[in-house]
Amino acid sequence: MAGNNKKVPLLSVRNLVIEFETEQGVVRAADQISFDVDQNETVGLVGESGCGKTVTGLSILGLIPSPPGRIVSGSILFQGKELAGLPDNQMREIRGRDISMIFQEPMTALNPVFTIGNQMIDVLMRHRGLTRRQARAGAIEMLAKVGLPVPDKRIDEYPHQLSGGMRQRVMIAMALSCDPKLLIADEPTTALDVTTQAQVLEQIRKLQQEFQMAVVLITHDLGVVAETCQRAIVMYCGRIAEAADINDLFARPRHPYTRGLLDSIPRIRTQRPVELPIIPGRVPDLLHLPKGCRFADRCERRDDQCSQVNPELSIAGSNNQVACHHPLQYKDSLS
Amino acid sequence: MNQAQDNILIEVRDLKKYFPVRGGLFQRVVAQVKAVDGVSFNIRRGKTLGLVGESGCGKSTLGRAVLRLQQPTGGEVLVDGKNIVHLGKRELNEYRRRLQIIFQDPFASLSPRRTVAQIIREPLDVHAIGTSQERDKRVIELLADVGMGAEVRDRYPHEFSGGQRQRIGIARALALDPSFIVADEPVSALDVSVQSQVLNLIAELKIRLGISFLFISHDLAVIQHVSDEVAVMYLGKIVERAGVDDLYNEPKHPYTQALLSAIPVPDPLTGRSRIVLEGDVPSPMNPPSGCAFHTRCPKVMDICRKELPPMVNAGTSESPHQVCCHLHQ
Repeated sequence: MAGNNKKVPLLSVRNLVIEFETEQGVVRAADQISFDVDQNETVGLVGESGCGKTVTGLSILGLIPSPPGRIVSGSILFQGKELAGLPDNQMREIRGRDISMIFQEPMTALNPVFTIGNQMIDVLMRHRGLTRRQARAGAIEMLAKVGLPVPDKRIDEYPHQLSGGMRQRVMIAMALSCDPKLLIADEPTTALDVTTQAQVLEQIRKLQQEFQMAVVLITHDLGVVAETCQRAIVMYCGRIAEAADINDLFARPRHPYTRGLLDSIPRIRTQRPVELPIIPGRVPDLLHLPKGCRFADRCERRDDQCSQVNPELSIAGSNNQVACHHPLQYKDSLS
Repeated sequence: MNQAQDNILIEVRDLKKYFPVRGGLFQRVVAQVKAVDGVSFNIRRGKTLGLVGESGCGKSTLGRAVLRLQQPTGGEVLVDGKNIVHLGKRELNEYRRRLQIIFQDPFASLSPRRTVAQIIREPLDVHAIGTSQERDKRVIELLADVGMGAEVRDRYPHEFSGGQRQRIGIARALALDPSFIVADEPVSALDVSVQSQVLNLIAELKIRLGISFLFISHDLAVIQHVSDEVAVMYLGKIVERAGVDDLYNEPKHPYTQALLSAIPVPDPLTGRSRIVLEGDVPSPMNPPSGCAFHTRCPKVMDICRKELPPMVNAGTSESPHQVCCHLHQ
């Protein structure tokens, strides 16, 4: 591939290692994480609990609680600027203005003792230098954009007066109010009912177009990934197992873990199988990781090499990467 | 027909559970939340009824009211033809042995200070079944039933992952040879890769031990996998009930149709039209007039705002398809 005319990615994470001190020992929550996010692109960060997807997302915003956590090594380049190790006062300028984050549970991100308006107006005044009156008008406009009914009335309400779906919309409105270039969405719809989830995902898609921003969507739900992302990164036990374009990932997964996940999710089927396919065993404890590939114990393709050597992430196809000694092969893929 | 009657284990008739809302100076009852408002269904022996609905629709309250973990406000629950709603404590205890529940959160439902063996033995101790040795032996059998080895007996719940804890919870529910289990979101707290293991276990136990389940979940895909029959609940009422294949292949209620179309499909190549419902679920304290779904229904008509549609059979007498909607009258 002609690497020289490739455009510079908006976000470039390289060899990121994040560790946490615990009473039982040091846990490496993210290990050698590398990925890029282009402008206007939606990238899914997928995996089960404890795989390191949230920690990776938090680290981009400098939100790793320290202590006990710390970025041990690696770099996080955002528009060419190094974010790893950036002092907090400089990080604060970027956070909320250039990069925003929304969380799974909006109640933890919204302040219960201030009205919606108060919280939004502060952000707008700080980052955009607006007067209070301008900021209020801007906040109402933003709330209308995320589809909150009667925004000029809702703006004076407190978070507890809103339903879960409405709170999530308010949080999205707050996150987007400064027109960020990158939105990190950590399980934004997991706490919502499926009909509300459909509304919120629709909204995120629409706003992404309108605001021309990139989105890193952190989720455990492959259905959500399939419907919103262009590319996805599958994580397992702190490492990237596979990174691929969305159509490749779902049609031709290369990592046996991705294949297992795709097979085992209960989905609406026209013919019900007698037994759901499963991934045997369970996720290893991060404190006692196996020496070789972390998925080896649960993998039917494993051999001696897998239990000895941890596979590196390597190129598999034009835009795709896989960390596996014996990735699945497909006849129709020439890459 | 008669044989079908004989096969019914649980019959719920017009079950209601209202919660009073108190307010004002003297904490008077100012309103009622009708969490479960006139629900009827049957569950046959060895079959699973899947109960699906969004948060706040009353599905968990219904599960608890059926077991009398919450005393119903009205209606009947017949177990083998006997109404248990007004049974006294002693008589109820006899029935309780046959009726069990599995909870959503395996982290909250197991005592952290008891060993696995103590947790599973407890129901046997409470109901004084067998000698101490027999109980110990039974614990090992139960662990084997849920795919765990005897060596875990003396360990504590915190030493296990979510999936294993849920297995322990299931072993405890099986201890008294129940004929009916309410499973309230048993896999919702689990990761995908262990979720399917637990679902397969539940499906296997149903067949091997002939247990009937009321399987409560918000996840339509999970419900499809485990159920023989499915009931869809909205604001305290069942709006549609049918055999699992009928319901998924030909959903008749607009709410069921919207629910099914809202699930994200793990296949980027499936382009399909989605029914995105407007607004949120109304408050159960102040439900809309007429059909409670009319505020969000894409097919709403004038009559829907005024009159509550009755439940009718839109299927055949052999395979009934009950639906509560003016479009199907």
